[in-house]
Amino acid sequence: MIKDDLRALLQRDRSADRVVPPTGYTAQLTLFVSGAMAFLAVFALALSLASGRLADRWASELAGAATLRINAPADQRAAQTEAALAVLSQTPGVASARALTTEEQVALLAPWFGPDLPLDSLPVPQLIEIVEGEPGLDATGLRLRLGAEVPGAVLDDHSRWREPLVEAAVSLRRLGWISILLIGGATAAMITLAANASLAANAQIIEVLRQIGARDRFIAGAFVRRFTLRALFGAAVGTLFGMSGVLLLPEASDAGGFLTGLGFQGIGWLLPALIPLLGAAVAFVATWAAARRKLKELS
Amino acid sequence: MIELENLSYSYGDGELLSDVTLQLQPGSFHFLTGPSGAGKTTFLKLCYGALQASAGRLSVFGDDVARQDRDQMALLRRRVGVVHQDCRFLDHLTVAENVALPLMVSGRAAETEDANLGELLDWVGLGTRRDAYPPELSGGERQRAALARAVILSPDVVLADEPTGNVDWEMSQRLLRLLVELNRMGKTVLIATHDLSLIRAAKSQVQARVLRISQHGLQLAGADL
Repeated sequence: MIKDDLRALLQRDRSADRVVPPTGYTAQLTLFVSGAMAFLAVFALALSLASGRLADRWASELAGAATLRINAPADQRAAQTEAALAVLSQTPGVASARALTTEEQVALLAPWFGPDLPLDSLPVPQLIEIVEGEPGLDATGLRLRLGAEVPGAVLDDHSRWREPLVEAAVSLRRLGWISILLIGGATAAMITLAANASLAANAQIIEVLRQIGARDRFIAGAFVRRFTLRALFGAAVGTLFGMSGVLLLPEASDAGGFLTGLGFQGIGWLLPALIPLLGAAVAFVATWAAARRKLKELS
Repeated sequence: MIELENLSYSYGDGELLSDVTLQLQPGSFHFLTGPSGAGKTTFLKLCYGALQASAGRLSVFGDDVARQDRDQMALLRRRVGVVHQDCRFLDHLTVAENVALPLMVSGRAAETEDANLGELLDWVGLGTRRDAYPPELSGGERQRAALARAVILSPDVVLADEPTGNVDWEMSQRLLRLLVELNRMGKTVLIATHDLSLIRAAKSQVQARVLRISQHGLQLAGADL
């Protein structure tokens, strides 16, 4: 029965669609709401996808690496570096370890001190870059060994600042999806209101149709198809505007950080195409439910 | 065909119709008369299921109306053509589209292109007005269009509520002739009217029974015409 109802509702029936007057403020309301909500949904989707990418990047880039800092007097620094490298070479879970060159350390400090930093005359610790391998680095065990053999070594496995960042990015992604759900809910609520208003405004027409033998599915279909098509059109326009807005955002750059990476990437550009379809589906269900309820009330 | 058995209808605290029993036989022609407010329209609405009786039993084509769901009632109504006093057109549709509405709602929209629709409009004298909109029609034209809409599905029963209420004498005779013609085609016709001159005029054209609503009941008024 429900299957038949759905088929009847989806089948285009020009004559049935003509029985509902084409004008009325509900038409503009549906178009505007669908368009505005689709516009917002594009940005929520972009935010969610960008946050997801960021969380994945931070998690993967930082999870596989650690840094060892050798804080030792200048005359012991080379010896302690050698000792640390020896310990690391025998540690399970360390794929590779190497001491950064003077040039690399200068480059790291350049953003703060400029490129002409006299590194030799400053008590700058030696940094060792560790790349993790299988079966994973046992940071606690390594710290204990280094504490015994290399007194000036301080291990930083990045977890201290990686986890809050990843957590923040995941929360942002979650917020994006919640926003999309709320947008869908608000769209459904508004379209339900518009459909109810339209059904109430056309109560006399519904009465006439009933008196000449129209079944509920015929009457509901006329309203459902109209609202679904309006929502589809409105959402398509809103999505186009939203995507244009995303296109106009600055391109991703290291200098801009997170705020410049809000667009879509690759196949992600296809995802907004789902928004009008989802908008139409929401309108279909909302109008169908409203029509069934109203027709029962009016009987 | 339409059978009322001890039917009552209450409206608010008062009872409008009480203990009405009647059988409308196939091919019969009835007038329903009575003063304004006596319940003629209510009686017709009960007959096509627009109102539910507060007591008693109504069966249409053998089906107990109280046991029908909304979809089944819709199918029953396709077999009962109704001409409303106020016609009840959809003003955004043309005369032809309004007349063809019953075809559309019963999934026979393709037949709106058939010659039958044109013939029907010609039969009621609206062949040249098919593209006009209801607000552009005169009272008589509206009633004839309503009659055409009521019979387009070739129903077994035609119920007319004051079909001549808003038209002049000449037009009321024309409408009466159309209804008599339908009866000759085998349709059961029930006309609610307070216009006694219409009933008298029918005397020479058709064998009809006159029912009168008075004191919440239904009585056979005088001899058959």
